[in-house]
Amino acid sequence: MNNKKTLATVWLDGCSGCHMSILDMDERLLELLTHVDLVYSPLVDNKTFPENVDITLVEGAVSSDEDLHKIKMIREKTKILVSLGDCAVTANVPSMRNPLSVGAILERVSDGSVIRQPADVPLLLANAQPVHNYVKVDVFVPGCPPSANVIHSILMDLLSNRKTNINKITRFGA
Amino acid sequence: MNANNLNNSKAQTIRSNDDLLLCAEREKDRQAQYKQNLFVCMGTACQSCGSTEVLKALSSRIKDLGLEKDYLISPGGCQGNCSQAPLVSVHPQNVLYQNISPQNTNDIIGSLKGSPIKELSCDNQSSFFARQTRIVTEYRGLLNPERIEDYIAVGGFSSLLKVLTQMSPSQVIQEITCSGLRGRGGAGYPTGLKWSTVAKANDSQKYVICNADEGDPGAFMNRNVLEDYPYKILEGMTIAGYAVGANQGYVYVRAEYDVAVKRVENAIKNMQRLALLGNSIGNTSFNFNLEVRVGGGAFVCGEETALIASIEGGRALPSPRPPYPAESGLWGHPTLINNVETYGHIAPIIRNGSQWFANIGTQKSKGTKTFALSGCIKNTGLVEVALGTTLREMIFDIGGGVPEGRKFKAVQTGGPAGGCIPESQLDASIDYESLKSLGSFMGSGGMIVMDDSSCMVDVAKYFMQFCAAESCGKCIPCRVGTVHIYDLLNKITKGEASLEDLSQLESLCDVVQNTSLCGLGQGAPNPVLSTLHFFKDEYIAHIVDHICPAGACGPKGQDLRRPACVL
Amino acid sequence: MRVVTLTINDQLLSGRDDETILQVAKAHNIQIPTLCQLDGLSTWGGCRLCLVHIHGSDKLSPACVTKVTEGMVVETESERLNKYRHTIVEMLYTEGNHICSVCVSNNNCELQSTAQNLGIDHISLPYLYPSRTVDASHERFVFDPNRCILCTRCVRVCDEIEGAHTWDVAGRGINSHLITDLNEAWGESTSCTSCGKCVEVCPTGSLYEKGKAGGEMVKHAEFLTYIEEMRKNHK
Ligand SMILES: Cc1cc2nc3c(=O)[nH]c(=O)nc-3n(C[C@H](O)[C@H](O)[C@H](O)COP(=O)(O)O)c2cc1C
Ligand code: SF4
Ligand code: FES
Repeated sequence: MNNKKTLATVWLDGCSGCHMSILDMDERLLELLTHVDLVYSPLVDNKTFPENVDITLVEGAVSSDEDLHKIKMIREKTKILVSLGDCAVTANVPSMRNPLSVGAILERVSDGSVIRQPADVPLLLANAQPVHNYVKVDVFVPGCPPSANVIHSILMDLLSNRKTNINKITRFGA
Repeated sequence: MNANNLNNSKAQTIRSNDDLLLCAEREKDRQAQYKQNLFVCMGTACQSCGSTEVLKALSSRIKDLGLEKDYLISPGGCQGNCSQAPLVSVHPQNVLYQNISPQNTNDIIGSLKGSPIKELSCDNQSSFFARQTRIVTEYRGLLNPERIEDYIAVGGFSSLLKVLTQMSPSQVIQEITCSGLRGRGGAGYPTGLKWSTVAKANDSQKYVICNADEGDPGAFMNRNVLEDYPYKILEGMTIAGYAVGANQGYVYVRAEYDVAVKRVENAIKNMQRLALLGNSIGNTSFNFNLEVRVGGGAFVCGEETALIASIEGGRALPSPRPPYPAESGLWGHPTLINNVETYGHIAPIIRNGSQWFANIGTQKSKGTKTFALSGCIKNTGLVEVALGTTLREMIFDIGGGVPEGRKFKAVQTGGPAGGCIPESQLDASIDYESLKSLGSFMGSGGMIVMDDSSCMVDVAKYFMQFCAAESCGKCIPCRVGTVHIYDLLNKITKGEASLEDLSQLESLCDVVQNTSLCGLGQGAPNPVLSTLHFFKDEYIAHIVDHICPAGACGPKGQDLRRPACVL
Repeated sequence: MRVVTLTINDQLLSGRDDETILQVAKAHNIQIPTLCQLDGLSTWGGCRLCLVHIHGSDKLSPACVTKVTEGMVVETESERLNKYRHTIVEMLYTEGNHICSVCVSNNNCELQSTAQNLGIDHISLPYLYPSRTVDASHERFVFDPNRCILCTRCVRVCDEIEGAHTWDVAGRGINSHLITDLNEAWGESTSCTSCGKCVEVCPTGSLYEKGKAGGEMVKHAEFLTYIEEMRKNHK
């Protein structure tokens, strides 16, 4: 075993923009991978979330029962949980459905043909909510999406136990 | 009253103390013509229990019997023990009948010559009556609130004439200051100091306002006092006008108090008729007029700057103080604003002297205060006690304690900005400082007694709901914070809250209390903070054990959480 | 008018006695957060962000309305004030539906920048998700109440500067909301002169020009100070 830290990324109710931003780190990804092992991510082919992950970046809001189940499980297996991007931090665009009822939304998006939640897809929760409404979050990184620079400096700071002044580098909607 | 005009009642005016004495004599003579006087209480409680019909029945029966020369039937003021409404009193025998209906007419009239009817009598020597000290509610039940002469016959307006003819404005203020009177609107601000500030303000136009908005849940003292003693309040306001140099006053009453509005309007007309309002009052250079302004009945309308905005015709929104109304109030002019009851103390203080008043009450809280006793207590109603009376005396001696088989738990004072005081603190005296030190508040005088079936979290939630609904919406902490606090309390009563929620609750209370613009928001967290102080175990029981010990939020001892919804 | 000396954050400063703490602080580059206050409009005192400590007073005072006095000692920063400001801004975020990423005023919003300056990186209070309908009936402007923070700048500018009083607040407490005329659609308003002043003073993307896309709406409230100056000179 090496003494590299383990990193995971997950994608809940988001647009994948935050993951695009991760990829945008370009050549810095290679450098990053000298410090961490990417053990779980939509970007890698690992089907089960491993135990004892050092850092997990969460993209997306908690919108369905599946999201909720996942995030609870991930929290248990993660040391530092990072809400990455506005959807994870504020529920952002997914939360725009919240003033409406789930039924009204299904009816609208299906032109009235679906009024009850289908059983074979994850059940929508009444509201799309920020991750910290369900589990403890250690670091918040607002931005839609946070830029590659922001993600890079957060990760580097976390890896070297430095505190980041998040509001100096990003904000809601950035 | 000009002697030549004695018989021409339309032209009578009161220009001097002699006029006043003459009027009083005539009224006493009139009353003395009758063998007995019967007063049927026309307070709101008695009226809603049918006292109007009782009055009608008694009057017409007396007429039918041709006895109208022997017995005078008058509408009277509230007796205080409203739980026994409707009430009829007979004088000079001083008999009080309770729970009267028109069916009792014949019995009552039949008994007038003989001895009182035992079954209908109410013990008016009981400690409910005997332990009270009456200044504002003096002559309780014995004055026809419609007739100015009734008030004059018991010394009404003598203070006004004394002030106008024998005292300078600064002497009046001096007298009020020496009496130690503090504002009865809630905060207990020294009245003399407030008057002197307005008096010193440099403006040719000043106003006097009587705050009769009374929006606290469970409070009806001001309504009662205005309904029964309108002349006393208006006399106090007129004296205040003289003392501070105002020529116009407004009585701001909520629209729901229609009896009070009518009585005050009638009283103003009668005072104008006798030249006790208008120009050259008492043949002096003092001019003063009064008008009623009817408010929409929002709680915040009672906050002085909001009240002023409402009189000006705007939305009742508070504004930051300073400037205080004393400096810049109604239409930007120096304005004296006092509570109904504060004005109710003025004439008695002038009449009896500041020393007399200062001898009643405690070191820092002088005089008496009216309270609306309600909730789980035997004798509900309106009482007036000397400040410094203990809560225990109030609840157990005057109020008769909680009904059989129930157990006292807490008393809520101070309305939505007040707090709940537990049994262990019942020997505390009722005064401004002591209530404050218990995390409660004097407020305008609501006093709600609760037994062990009340859940303190639920009570806090009730008051928070009230404040959230009554918030004017101007400032963020009150507008939004009260909703968050309410939601958290609701979560606790459903057994769904965590200990983190509890610390968020405490933190929000701190923010709302310290950052809100006006007293509504600043006081709103008080019921939560005081119940957290004295009854934290109840909060914990809801959160940790998910049960409501009082059984108010759900069946006693059962898990409060709703079973998960099966889809 | 008198000149007074006072202390703000241990700095000895001078000001005129008709100036507020906020004005004196601003003139000396001391930042105090504000939202409802806007130079050129009457003071409102509703947002409570500008609360400061004044020595000798146990209550906090709004810097935007409190006049300076001789010898006054003011503290504009403290852990306690920071907590209060933090919570108040959080309350605003929970009260409306503020989705910065899709807002016309993204990056030009006073709520957003205030949150950032205060170090807010997430909202710990629960969101209330109110249901509010956009009014796009006006031919040039849109009112999106989801982004309204009820600072009443629009109400004040319309009343005090334009003299139209098209805007006002209806409802109480959490149900308070802006209305045009007697709660009619903005497009039907007979009092609105379509001057656009309300749009310029709105601190968020609640009032904006039609046709503006995400982040394109930049406001210019400075015109107010020119008007104020001109009116003063006119007298
Ligand atoms: C929300 C709120 C409601 C109030 N309601 C009343 C009221 O109904 N009656 C009243 O006399 N004072 C009320 N007050 C207090 C008044 O602002 C004011 O202090 C009082 O009328 C002064 O009279 P006093 O000096 O005689 O007490 C209220 C204050 C607040 C903050
Ligand atoms: S504290 Fe409440 S009632 Fe008072 S100004 Fe603020 S919002 Fe209005
Ligand atoms: S800026 Fe002072 S209260 Fe809003």
